[in-house]
Amino acid sequence: MSAIAFPVPDAGILARRESIIAGLARLVPPQALITSDDERRPYETDALTAYRRMPLAVVLPSTTQEVAAVLRYCRDEGVPVVPRGSGTSLAGGAIPQEDAVVIGVSKMNRILEIDYANRVARVEAGVTNLAVTGAVSAEGFFYAPDPSSQLACSIGGNIGMNSGGAHCLKYGVTTNNVLGVTMVMLDGSIVEIGGAHLDSPGYDLLGLINGSEGQLGIVTEATVRILRAAEGARPVLFGFPTSEQAGSAVAAIIGAGIIPVAMEFMDKPAIEICEAFAKAGYPMDVEALLIIEVEGSDDEMDAQLALIVAIAREHGVSTVKESKSAMEAAAIWKGRKSAFGATGRIADYICMDGTIPTGQLPYVLRRMDEIVKGYGLRVANVFHAGDGNLHPLILYNCNDPVEAQKAEDAGMDILKLCVEVGGCLTGEHGVGIEKRDLMTFQFNPEDLAQQMRVRAVFDERWLLNPAKVFPLEGRVAA
Amino acid sequence: MIIHTPTTEAQACAVVKSVVDSAVPLTLRGGGTRSALGRPAQAASTLSSAGLTGITLYEPAEMVIAARAGTPLALVQETLAERSQMLPFEPMDHRALYGSEGEPTIGAVAACNISGPRRINAGAARDSLIGVRLVNGRGEMIKSGGRVMKNVTGLDLVKLLSGSHGTLGFLTEVTFRVLPRPERIATLQWRGLSDEVGVALLAKALGSPFEPMAAAHLPARIAGEEALTLLRLENFSDSIDYRAAELALLLGDYGTPDLLEGTAPAELWVDIRDATFFAGSDEAVWRLSLAPTSGPEAAAAITQMIPAARCFYDWGGGLVWLAVPAYGDAAAAVIRTALKPLGGHATLVRAPDAIRAGVDVFQPLAEPLMRVTAGIKQSFDPAGIFEPGRIYAGI
Repeated sequence: MSAIAFPVPDAGILARRESIIAGLARLVPPQALITSDDERRPYETDALTAYRRMPLAVVLPSTTQEVAAVLRYCRDEGVPVVPRGSGTSLAGGAIPQEDAVVIGVSKMNRILEIDYANRVARVEAGVTNLAVTGAVSAEGFFYAPDPSSQLACSIGGNIGMNSGGAHCLKYGVTTNNVLGVTMVMLDGSIVEIGGAHLDSPGYDLLGLINGSEGQLGIVTEATVRILRAAEGARPVLFGFPTSEQAGSAVAAIIGAGIIPVAMEFMDKPAIEICEAFAKAGYPMDVEALLIIEVEGSDDEMDAQLALIVAIAREHGVSTVKESKSAMEAAAIWKGRKSAFGATGRIADYICMDGTIPTGQLPYVLRRMDEIVKGYGLRVANVFHAGDGNLHPLILYNCNDPVEAQKAEDAGMDILKLCVEVGGCLTGEHGVGIEKRDLMTFQFNPEDLAQQMRVRAVFDERWLLNPAKVFPLEGRVAA
Repeated sequence: MIIHTPTTEAQACAVVKSVVDSAVPLTLRGGGTRSALGRPAQAASTLSSAGLTGITLYEPAEMVIAARAGTPLALVQETLAERSQMLPFEPMDHRALYGSEGEPTIGAVAACNISGPRRINAGAARDSLIGVRLVNGRGEMIKSGGRVMKNVTGLDLVKLLSGSHGTLGFLTEVTFRVLPRPERIATLQWRGLSDEVGVALLAKALGSPFEPMAAAHLPARIAGEEALTLLRLENFSDSIDYRAAELALLLGDYGTPDLLEGTAPAELWVDIRDATFFAGSDEAVWRLSLAPTSGPEAAAAITQMIPAARCFYDWGGGLVWLAVPAYGDAAAAVIRTALKPLGGHATLVRAPDAIRAGVDVFQPLAEPLMRVTAGIKQSFDPAGIFEPGRIYAGI
C-alpha cells in the first residue's frame, strides 16, 4: 500500500546524520543509541506493518533526564522526534520517518511505587499494561484499561493513544485511570502534572495529554489508579441467529439499567477465526456472538445473569453458555483478545476502529457488509458492543497491490460511515498516519485549526511526531 | 453592565466577534449561582447562556444526553430520572455555600468541572463529558468530542474546556455520558472515630471488592455530638444486603456500623456534597485535594497553626473541606506550606473578593506549566476577552 503520504525527508538533516549521531552519543550511554541498519530495522514500523520508514537513529533512554537531554538536543538541532512505547500501534502512531530520531521508552520499565491505601501505582512509561496488573494482582488489585495488546503495549503508549479495551464500559479508558504524569517538554523541561490526588488546578493538561499521540511531549512516568478486583468475574456466551438481534439485546440490557463490565460482539466470520485459534468453545451455529461479563459474588453474578438471560431470550438468543471454571473463562477471553492475531493467521487484514452510537448498530453492520462486498473483499467483525466501538477486520492479500488498495478504500468508507451516523473515526487506536487524512470528515477547518493551535503551544515547529493526526496540508502554527 | 443573551450559536459568534476588536472583556454566565468561584471577575459585560436552553439529544439505551449550555441542571436531572438514569458524578450545588440564588446550568457544571462525593468512584464531570460545542475567542464555532463514549479522534479539547471556568470559550452545548440509577442506596455509619482512624477505615473499604460509591468522615466539630464515618453503597437490593454485611465484617475492628436508608442519610450526603456545614458563616472555605491517607495529616498540620479551622473529609480522605477565619491571606500560606511535603493542591472556594483578588485562588503552577497555560489561553482567546484573570492573573 502506498496511499498514505509521508513528509519529504529534510535533506539537510539526512546530510548531517553523522554529526547528529555524534551529538546523541554524548548524551546517552553507548548501549542506548542504535544506529546500525540491522538494529534500527525493528523500529521502522509498528503494528501498521504495511508502512515503514527507517529512522535516522533510535535512542532508548533509561532515565527521564536522558529523555530530556535528547529532546532538548533534537529541538536545538531541528530534528523531528518520534516517541515510541512498545510499537503496537495499529494506526501507525509510532512509525518513524527518515529524518527523525525515535525515542523509545522500553528500557524505562520499572514499577516505582505501589500505594494500596491510596489505590495508585507509579510506574515508568515503558512498563507494559499487563505488568501493572501483574504487580498488584497478588493483593487482589488490577489496572483497568485492557487493550488486546496488553501483554506488549506500554503505559506510555496507552497514554499516547488513550487506549481502551474490553472492560471500559464499566471502568473507563486510559484518561479516566491516569492521575498523574511526569512529562518531558520539547525544550527538555521536566514537568509533573497531577499526582496521587484528583483534579489538578488550571487547565486539564492531563486530559489533553491522554490521546495526544506523542505530539505534546514524552511521558516518562505515570501515576495510575489501581482498583480492587471484584470477588469474581464470569464471561458468558450468548449466540444469536442474527446480528440485529444481538444488537437489540445490547441496547435492551443497558436500557434495563444493567452495566455489565464487558459486552463484546463477534460476527460469524470472527467466531470461526477465533474458535479455530483458541478452542474457546464458541457456538458455531450462530450469526452473532456476545461475550457478556458480569462481576461480583457468586450470588450477585447469578442474579445479574438471570436478568441478562431473560432479556436475551426476549431478543431471540439461541445459545447461552456459561463458563464453568476459571480455565473456561480464560479461554473465552483468549479467543476474543487474540482476534487480531488469529485473523492474521488466515489472511492479511486491516483493523478499523470507528465508534458509532449503539442504536445505529444494525444499520452500520448491514452497510459495512455491503461496502466490503462492494470491493470484493471479506470482513470479520469484533467490537465492544456496549460502547459502539467497532473493529471490522478487512481481509485481503498484501502481495496484491490492487486488493490492498481496495482494502484501504473499504476501510476509509467504513470510517466515513461511522462519522455520518454520529460517531467518530477512532475509538481507542488513535489517528496516527492511518486516519490522518480523514480528519476533515469529522472536523471542519476551524475545529482542526483550534486543535493545531493548541498543539503548537507545545511544539511550535512541528518536531514531535510530526506526520501524525493532522493532514499534512494546511498545518497551523501558534 | 451590558448583558448579551444570544438565542442561537450564530448570535453567540456574532457577539464575540463584535467585542473582539474593542477587546471589551466578557464574563460568561450560566445561572449565576457559582459566580463567586475563582478570582473576582474583571469584565465590563456579560455573555449569558440563558437564551440557549433545551435538551437536544437523549438516548437512554446509549446512555447519552446532550443539552444546550443554559439548560437548568435540574431539568437535565429530572429528564434522566424519568428513565431511571442520572449524571454519574453527583454535581455539587454551590447555592448553600455562597448564599446565591438562581438555577444552576448544565453548561457551568461542564465549564467548572463540578463533581461531588461519587467522584472518587465514578469520575469527575470531566470524565463523563464526552462532547462540547463552543464559541472561541475568535468568534468561531468549535466542536470537540461527540456523542459516543470512546473517541480518541484528535486532541481532547473537551477536557481542556472542562474546568476552564469560561476562560477558553463560551460553551453552547454539552454532551454527557449517563448511568442507570441504582435500585437501592444505603449508608453504613460508624460513630466516634478519630480523623486518622476514620480515614483508615475508608481506605480499607475503598480497597475492598464491595465498591463503596462514596466515602466521607465528619469530625465531631462538624457532625455534632460524635464524629461520623460514612460509606455509601449503591446497587441492586440484594447486593446491598450482602455488601453491607461483608463490609461490617471486614471493618469489624472499627465497631458495629448502623445501616441507614431513606431521606436522613440522603440529606446528609447532600450536606457533604454542598459543604452545607459552612453555609451562612463568614469563614473562608478551602478545598484540598490530595492522596486520601494524607488528608488527616494535612488537616492536623493546618489546625495546629490555625486552631479555629474546621474541616471534614470526602473522597475517602482525599478531599478536605476546610473553613478558616476570613482575614489576611485566608491561611493560604499555612495551607500550601502544609501541602508541600504531602502533594496535592488547595483551592480557595469562598472568601471576600478582596482576599480572592490578593491570593492565588487556584494552586500556582510550575513555570513551564504556567507558560503552557498562557499559550493555551492565547490559542483559544487571543484577545483575552473571556473571563480575564478568573483562574490565574494574566490568563
